[in-house]
Amino acid sequence: PAFGLFIFTIARDPLRIIILIAGAFFWLVSLLLSSLIWFIAVKASDPQDERLQKGLLIFGVMFSVLLQEAFRFLYYKLLRKAIEGLVALSEDGCSPISIQQMAYVAGVGFGLMSGAFSMINLLADALGPGTVGIHGDSQLYFLTSAFMTMVLIFLHTFWGILFFHGCEHRRWWEIAAVVIMHLTVSGLSFCNPLYVGSLVPSYLLMAAAAAWAYLLSGGSAQNLRRFVLCKC
Amino acid sequence: MTATVVNCCSDLGRPKEARWNFCRQAILTFNSFIRKESWRVPFQHWKKKGPFCVELSDSQRTVPMTELSAHLPQFQHGQLTENFPDTHLSNTQESMASALFNTDQNDNSERRRHDNSERRRNDHAESETNGQPQNNIQQVVEQDEEEDEELTLKYGAKHVIMLFVPVTLCMVVVVATIKSVSFYTRKDGQLIYTPFTEETETVGQRALNSILNAAIMISVIIVMTILLVVLYKYRCYKVIHGWLIISSLLLLFFFSFIYLGEVFKTYNVAMDYITVALMIWNFGVVGMICIHWKGPLRLQQAYLIMISALMALVFIKYLPEWTAWLILAVISVYDLIAVLCPKGPLRMLVETAQERNETLFPALIYSSTMIWLVNMAEEDPEAQRKSKNSTYDKQARRTQNEDAEADDGGFSQEWQQQRDNRIGPIESTPESRAAVQALPSNSQTSEDPEERGVKLGLGDFIFYSVLVGKASATASGDWNTTLACFVAILIGLCLTLLLLAIFKKALPALPISITFGLVFYFATDNLVQPFMDQLAFHQFYI
Repeated sequence: PAFGLFIFTIARDPLRIIILIAGAFFWLVSLLLSSLIWFIAVKASDPQDERLQKGLLIFGVMFSVLLQEAFRFLYYKLLRKAIEGLVALSEDGCSPISIQQMAYVAGVGFGLMSGAFSMINLLADALGPGTVGIHGDSQLYFLTSAFMTMVLIFLHTFWGILFFHGCEHRRWWEIAAVVIMHLTVSGLSFCNPLYVGSLVPSYLLMAAAAAWAYLLSGGSAQNLRRFVLCKC
Repeated sequence: MTATVVNCCSDLGRPKEARWNFCRQAILTFNSFIRKESWRVPFQHWKKKGPFCVELSDSQRTVPMTELSAHLPQFQHGQLTENFPDTHLSNTQESMASALFNTDQNDNSERRRHDNSERRRNDHAESETNGQPQNNIQQVVEQDEEEDEELTLKYGAKHVIMLFVPVTLCMVVVVATIKSVSFYTRKDGQLIYTPFTEETETVGQRALNSILNAAIMISVIIVMTILLVVLYKYRCYKVIHGWLIISSLLLLFFFSFIYLGEVFKTYNVAMDYITVALMIWNFGVVGMICIHWKGPLRLQQAYLIMISALMALVFIKYLPEWTAWLILAVISVYDLIAVLCPKGPLRMLVETAQERNETLFPALIYSSTMIWLVNMAEEDPEAQRKSKNSTYDKQARRTQNEDAEADDGGFSQEWQQQRDNRIGPIESTPESRAAVQALPSNSQTSEDPEERGVKLGLGDFIFYSVLVGKASATASGDWNTTLACFVAILIGLCLTLLLLAIFKKALPALPISITFGLVFYFATDNLVQPFMDQLAFHQFYI
């Protein structure tokens, strides 16, 4: 689905593609830094202690989430500057791309990159021989991974919109909400392999974020109804 | 090309007639750069700023028909450069688009020259055939200058994408091959340029060997570059052309034969020699025609991508690990030096070409659009040279060992530097020419602002693909690393284009991208991979 989003909404406009790749790049850098921190922590600690390792991993995840949000903020700053440049350069005085579109594309960029990193090795392994969960792990590993990744990609997209909107209008509580949501979702994933605990709330959160982002983007129940009715 | 022209027209819309005319004129002059009115700028205002920018159209008009010969370039040359500052100064934009645009103009690379001369001829021919007075054009041009800039801005992103797509395609091809065909990851020996093996007992010995290998390779590249400059200086064009033709022959036939054989082996497809011979023959001949002569743009682009991928695969196979990384690093440094230092061979080449006011031989350049060249004659040698360079680049190591690598390196380095982000199509097709001639005289036609393309040296393609291919072949992080390197290279390309716009002079395409790519490769491989592995194991999500 995320790839479909990409093809239908982003691939047409070259500017959006650039913003997308830049968004992916920013996410990648944040991941790099967070894994650097984690790596140092691991090297500095005892590799034998299981609980400690797991605790470090959790710490790494949280830190990574915070870093991701920080980089999202940095990316927002960069895009603001870019928009000013674009406005100055455009012929009719308004930018060819609005900040909301940029927010959307940035969110998709983040999401795609995070999804890709989460899934791609899994997919590559899935092509090879083997049985899932043969050692007593869950047999739904691939399925749940896929769903989780998808929900995360969508969430990143919505968070992008919410985050940028919050920065635009200086509503700090929106930004804080995004950060907290991100932390929650990551935290929920710690419940794995108890999938009920992680997948269901994640989807609920995603629906909430989707509705919120939709409202923020100017949509409303009426629009939705009109859209659905027209199609019929 | 006619199709593209038509599209451009409809794109612009009728109301924007002035701009359209302007664009067309501009494009015509610049050989796909949109240039601001160089025409109306008085001659004395022009200053010698840099390479030719394209504006020759004005000067061209004034030049009599007889100047179609090589004299024209000289005459034009002065004008060109002068023109350049004019537009240059008027350009205040910093956006990528404008940058691209301007940088293109500023770009000194031979390619530019190449295009410029082409353009000149075109314009010249154009004006001749059309027989239009230039006055109205000039006025229009003036108004259009501002519009022009804005247009460029709009199309700046488009140009970046036009570069993204082929680079991505090349990388995808290389990665796909590396992943599936095991031939390219087996160690079957090394190039003659890298005589020191890396299978040594100690780490220190290995490091030393790889440093020596890299040094040898780089010196070979430098020697070849200097040889090229010397040959060019002493006008031994035939030698260069012959060299290029041989190398492209080798690349198209021999390497693709090997590639095809390996692919068949991997998928266990039975194939007889006759069919293979037929396929390779067709592929090679069409490739030679497309690259060296005329052909549809897409086909030519596809061929250039394919030969870049083939060359990159050869590099990946025959360069040992540490040597490869070292070579990548050193080549980007060399690229930087050769382009930016006044005594660099590349610069000398460009300056010589500028003095002679002729287009440098066509080096490997990937062009994303076509320009219509009214004058086919000019185009031919250019295209030929261009392709020759590229093929030259690719020249197989097999036949001329020392040549191959060096040529490859030399050419790719040079050409990519020179050609960095150039706009301007290289080939022309009969349709485009017909289209051009069919256009009203007032419009310089041929080019639509949207038609402007971007050019990137094929050496850039090769080294980007080598980086990504090596990442996918030898990384423990596998796809993560590959993806990270891919994104890093694309971002490096974006930044390079941006810098090009800001600085408005020839910039090497390699350093930034390769630096990013290397950093991300090593970082992802060593830092991110364990992290992601642990996360995936526990199914945590960040």
